[in-house]
Amino acid sequence: MKLELSGITKTYEGQVVLDHVSVILDDIHAFVIIGPSGGGKTTLLRILAGLEYPDSGKVTIDGEEIQYHESWLRKYRKSIGMVFQSYNLFPHLSALRNITLPLELVHGMSRQDAEARAMELLERFQLKDHTYKKPIQLSGGQKQRVAIARAMAIKPKFLLLDEPTSALDPEFTSEVLDMIEELREEQKDLILVTHEMGFARQVADHVMFVAEGRVMEIGNAGEIFDAPKQGELKQFLDKVLKY
Amino acid sequence: MAGLFISQEHHEHPKWSNLAWVLSAILVFIIISGIFIFAFSQLQYHFNWSAIYKYKAKFIHGWLMTIIISLFSLVLSLFIGFFFAVGQQSRFLPYRMISKVYIEIIRGTPLLVQILIFFYVIGSAFHLNNRYVAGILILSFFAGAYVSEIIRAGIESIGKTQLETAKSLGFTKRDTYRYIIIPQVLKRIMPPLAGQFVSLVKDSSLLSIISVSEFTLNAQEVNSYTYSTLESYIPLAIGYFILTFPISMLTRYLERKFHYET
Repeated sequence: MKLELSGITKTYEGQVVLDHVSVILDDIHAFVIIGPSGGGKTTLLRILAGLEYPDSGKVTIDGEEIQYHESWLRKYRKSIGMVFQSYNLFPHLSALRNITLPLELVHGMSRQDAEARAMELLERFQLKDHTYKKPIQLSGGQKQRVAIARAMAIKPKFLLLDEPTSALDPEFTSEVLDMIEELREEQKDLILVTHEMGFARQVADHVMFVAEGRVMEIGNAGEIFDAPKQGELKQFLDKVLKY
Repeated sequence: MAGLFISQEHHEHPKWSNLAWVLSAILVFIIISGIFIFAFSQLQYHFNWSAIYKYKAKFIHGWLMTIIISLFSLVLSLFIGFFFAVGQQSRFLPYRMISKVYIEIIRGTPLLVQILIFFYVIGSAFHLNNRYVAGILILSFFAGAYVSEIIRAGIESIGKTQLETAKSLGFTKRDTYRYIIIPQVLKRIMPPLAGQFVSLVKDSSLLSIISVSEFTLNAQEVNSYTYSTLESYIPLAIGYFILTFPISMLTRYLERKFHYET
């Protein structure tokens, strides 16, 4: 995919969260955004997801400019997959129903077809035993995998993942990262905000370091992790990679 | 010995032996009945149940009327509560304002005063003279304010993240309410609503002041015919308890059930 951001600015109550962010990237398959908490990376992802409006600036994806008004965004959101930090499964619905409900309501599939597609995904990601469980009966890792399966079920143009492992106990992190890697291997384009530097380095083709609302550095994984140019990035990497 | 009555597990689910349950029940029974037997013996009151027994049809009639009034008020208060709960979230300011004002006034003033003003002032002005209809309306508007708060709290307990998730999946607002919010809100508000119904049943006794012939008024009348005060009012207490206790048990059951389910 092609991504073009020009002059994206966002403020909350006088606080500048994103300050004229401009980026042009061609041929993205796995775009990883890293940076300190509160630096604006989640806000940027939410703007890409059409969940937040920029105060000014333009977002163009594959040559199409995102129109920030509800009716356009509703259609746009249907075409992309979003995965949240805290899973956000619907707690009153089984794993299966969490996946099939959007397929039926939003994508007009029949119940049978929706269930067939959901079962295929659950099976593929070793979640079949949990098909009829409610989220409360699942571990954090299983919940997040169901959430990713839900996002994949709609056959999205690309996936957006907002710190998908940050809320997990360490023992569950790898099963979620394995799943994301598998998606990456099958050429599903994704944009990922993460604190997992080892994983970022492994899957990313482009890495962007965002801090204080600005793009501090951008490059391929090797450039960013092995030869950081900016002092801020060096300091950040030193801190997160210390242990 | 005391160890028998103290649960070994002191967290959410304490456990006791059957023996402890039986002994505790006997102990509680002895304490409560002891207090009452002592108090009544001091009173030197001569119970005259036969005078009351003649009026048993009156008690039953009043009791049934209380059930009917409570049921109608319950249903109506759900609609009223829902209307004003929606109003509290409305973007249309006058609707929002009237909802808040209504809830604050009803919750901040005694039901007794509301009944008098509604029936003798507002009711007469609008030629609403049927005291049963008026009684049900007053009780419904009274309970509606509490129901409204219960519903509002239920909606607010559904996290913002769920609304956002529905949005990100492309749900329409209508589908979000129908498939995500309402099913969860219904489950969560069942226990407090059942509790509210217990209050409603007891609050209906105040309608006796506008001569609605419900349970309390009938007991009062029997008392004035027979001068047997305690004999008139003890059945009244038992009659209300027969209505409220099962609802109270239902509330507990619902609380436990939904606690594990969500």
